[in-house]
Amino acid sequence: MAYKFFPHTDEDIRSMLNTCGAKSIDDLYSDVPSELVFKEDYDLPEAMSEIEIRQYFDYLGAQNTKLTCFMGAGCYDHYSPSVVNDIVRRSEFLTSYTPYQAEISQGTLQYIFEYQSMMAELTGMEVSNASMYDGCTATAEAMMMAVANAKKRNKVLISETVNPIVIRVVETYAKFHGVVVEKIAAEGGVTSRADFEAKIAKDDVAGVIVATPNFYGILEDYTGWADLCHEHKALLIMNCVASALGVIKTPAEWGADVAVGDGQSLGIPMNFGGPYVGFLCTSKKLIRKMPGRIVGATKDADGKRTFVLTLQAREQHIRREKATSNICSNESLMALYVTIYMSLMGKKGLREVNELGYSGAHYLAEKLVKSGKFEMAFPDKPFLNEFAVKTTQDIDMLQTIGALEGFNVGLKIADDTMLICVTEQRTKDEIDDLADLLIDPLPEEAENEENNNETV
Amino acid sequence: MNNVYYGKLIFELSKEGRCGYSLPENECADYKMQALPANLMRAEAPALPEVDELTVVRHYTNMSNNNFGVDTGFYPLGSCTMKYNPKINEDMAAHPDFTGLHPLQPMGTVDGALEVYYNLQMSLAELAGMSEFTLNPFAGAHGELTGLMIIRSYHMSRGDEKRTKIIVPDSAHGTNPASAAVCGLNVVVVKSRPDGTVDVEDLKPLLDDTIAGMMMTNPNTLGIFEHNIAEIAKLVHEAGGLMYYDGANLNPMLGKVRPGDIGFDVMHINLHKTFSTPHGGGGPGSGPVGVRAGLEQFLPNPRVMKDDMDHFYVENNDKSLGFISGFLGNFAVMMRAYTYILTLGYNNIKNVGPLATLNANYIKESLKDCYELPIGGVCKHEFVFDGLKDKSTGVTTLDVAKRLLDYGFHSPTIYFPLLFHEALMIEPTENESKETLDGFIEVMKTIAREAKEDPEMVKSAPHNTPVRRLDDTQAALHPIVTYRELQAEAL
Repeated sequence: MAYKFFPHTDEDIRSMLNTCGAKSIDDLYSDVPSELVFKEDYDLPEAMSEIEIRQYFDYLGAQNTKLTCFMGAGCYDHYSPSVVNDIVRRSEFLTSYTPYQAEISQGTLQYIFEYQSMMAELTGMEVSNASMYDGCTATAEAMMMAVANAKKRNKVLISETVNPIVIRVVETYAKFHGVVVEKIAAEGGVTSRADFEAKIAKDDVAGVIVATPNFYGILEDYTGWADLCHEHKALLIMNCVASALGVIKTPAEWGADVAVGDGQSLGIPMNFGGPYVGFLCTSKKLIRKMPGRIVGATKDADGKRTFVLTLQAREQHIRREKATSNICSNESLMALYVTIYMSLMGKKGLREVNELGYSGAHYLAEKLVKSGKFEMAFPDKPFLNEFAVKTTQDIDMLQTIGALEGFNVGLKIADDTMLICVTEQRTKDEIDDLADLLIDPLPEEAENEENNNETV
Repeated sequence: MNNVYYGKLIFELSKEGRCGYSLPENECADYKMQALPANLMRAEAPALPEVDELTVVRHYTNMSNNNFGVDTGFYPLGSCTMKYNPKINEDMAAHPDFTGLHPLQPMGTVDGALEVYYNLQMSLAELAGMSEFTLNPFAGAHGELTGLMIIRSYHMSRGDEKRTKIIVPDSAHGTNPASAAVCGLNVVVVKSRPDGTVDVEDLKPLLDDTIAGMMMTNPNTLGIFEHNIAEIAKLVHEAGGLMYYDGANLNPMLGKVRPGDIGFDVMHINLHKTFSTPHGGGGPGSGPVGVRAGLEQFLPNPRVMKDDMDHFYVENNDKSLGFISGFLGNFAVMMRAYTYILTLGYNNIKNVGPLATLNANYIKESLKDCYELPIGGVCKHEFVFDGLKDKSTGVTTLDVAKRLLDYGFHSPTIYFPLLFHEALMIEPTENESKETLDGFIEVMKTIAREAKEDPEMVKSAPHNTPVRRLDDTQAALHPIVTYRELQAEAL
């Protein structure tokens, strides 16, 4: 049985079985009816050495194509400094459990406290939980929070300008949780104020979910929205792109009750979709309605300032079916990415990241529009680093040719519309190359070159 | 782990004018963000710290020394399966051919990633005796919720709307009833018998046409195999319900029993337990959900499929319960779990359950003279003591747990399951050597002796950790959850 993860020698096993009064390990399964025992071998490969594992994943990795990324739509290609990736692999952080035993978990508890503090600063809200799975589920949790808070209402409004990937997760949770989700129409890339006013006036809405920047990258003007929500006893929930909050008007400044979103844009690799981290911030007033873990400051028996999981009476392991949520994860390690990232970037770095994205995106947008092949999908609407453009060209074709040239050109969001994002990682040369490619995807020379390649 | 406390916060190291980053020059600086309308911008920059790089590195390095992980020492935390997290897993998860993939990249540019997803889901299906898995759920509780959504979708697809109750044993993990509530199901509790298994007689009257299904952990949270499982599954199926398997305790089953073979229809697996991915201080986990043949159509969207030409693709299905995640779940966690399965191979995986079970029984038998063993007989991967055998000293399970920290061991899970007042739940995993277990057994015996000889010392433990016992009550009564609040309180 000798194997690198099993320290048991034959002698160990004999001696341990002896202590157990058993003759064989099978005796320890004597309580399992024999007809339930799996007696075959698993249909899986034989053990691989580390060398073979590396070779195999190199082979698999070669089946992927690394593309220069101009796609956003909820996942952003920001740079994560070396410090982040080095620290998060420290096994004291990596291999620990949820910090129940506070005396030997101050490391985790301290950085979660820092994370909560930073997310509160970023969103402007008073409190943050210790993190959630991702931005989509955090938004769904906020929806359930609004319904629980309203007690007798089970309707939630969601703007059509929220990322459809978020909307469909919210709708799934709603369907099973018994919540009615009604959309607020989008008009010209922003949420229709008139439709919102008509729907909130019915006085049966528990919460209203809007986005900033919205799915199209647009910064919407939510002046007066919070007051209207509160007048009609609904919570205003704002789904945000975390990185953008370094510069744009905060959910707190708009008067929102809950700020949610994905923290991926703060130093977490794209990782083909996960793991990321969801944030959920709210007011002190609503803290006991908040789902998820929360870390608080306290003192130990010697009077030292320390940190501990708190307000656990809301949680599933205590309240079972009456808990505020079934969640017991906090996406701790991903919160550590975010915390270290923000420690390094600070307020100035976050602003610079946004400036670089803004400048690159506006340069690209102008170049595309000037070509005559593209027009802004929502002209004159303010955006930060992501924007929608319309084209008469076949967008699938643009994506395919882009991929052949090493570019992820952006997301197709309608037959004639694509969503493009520029982060600080994109150089002017890359932007110029992308613009050339989108404006003239099939220049004559390239066509010839392609034919030549096929014959090779 | 250090026993000197490093208690600073990054905000306290901040000094105006310092900086910990470098970024390229703005090559498109003609386009200025100041052009955006002022009323859409924040009034003030967020009060984030300003710190240089070395200070950041030292801060988090020192902070990590206040922490205890599986790499630090023995972590017998029951129900959490704190097994070794192999280093090769981390290297593969950080493989640059995968980490830079955008989840919405065009099909045809992510074949390697889809192959990992597909092969892992098929490997899990083989190990669990199920037809197909989704890897989209982010954690065990998320998997439970997804599994219950599948069960409800199945009933709704047959027009059977009145099945709104779910049966949960009183020994179940707290997430079971909580997930049921989120899914809009009403929880009906079935009692345990004195031997810790589900009381079949108590179950029978609960079974009617309003039952959507039953959730079970097997072995259950006491580490006892539910030997009546075949009968229970038959009864639930006859009543029209589906059987849900909570995979939190799957580890001892590896090599011995497949949930799909013993009557379960839907299940989740915690990759961060059974398949060695690190717990990361509470996450990220991953909670794949498997179904038996006939239920695949209800799995969440998107699904990763393979065509006849061995090409991988992603599909959305109308009959699906819907979307429970933005993309395809915690992909980097899957990279680790798949690495683990390939590393062990079929020839080593089959020994995981038996060795985990041997380790648990060895500790149980070695300590049952000092600690109260409420249920005798063989256990599987874990077992529960009901506190010290000698209750006269006043030393509680909490005290024992805290004293263990002084000796360099993580505490077992305490006060769960709720069936016993002084529950102490121990799960050693298959990776621990006899020497490590003997060391733990010795210390547990020492603590039992200390409880008699010097109970006050045990009750005030820990003594050698970075910090002493914390005031939980004050923290909850008067929550201080941000640095801003901390400054206001001058704590």
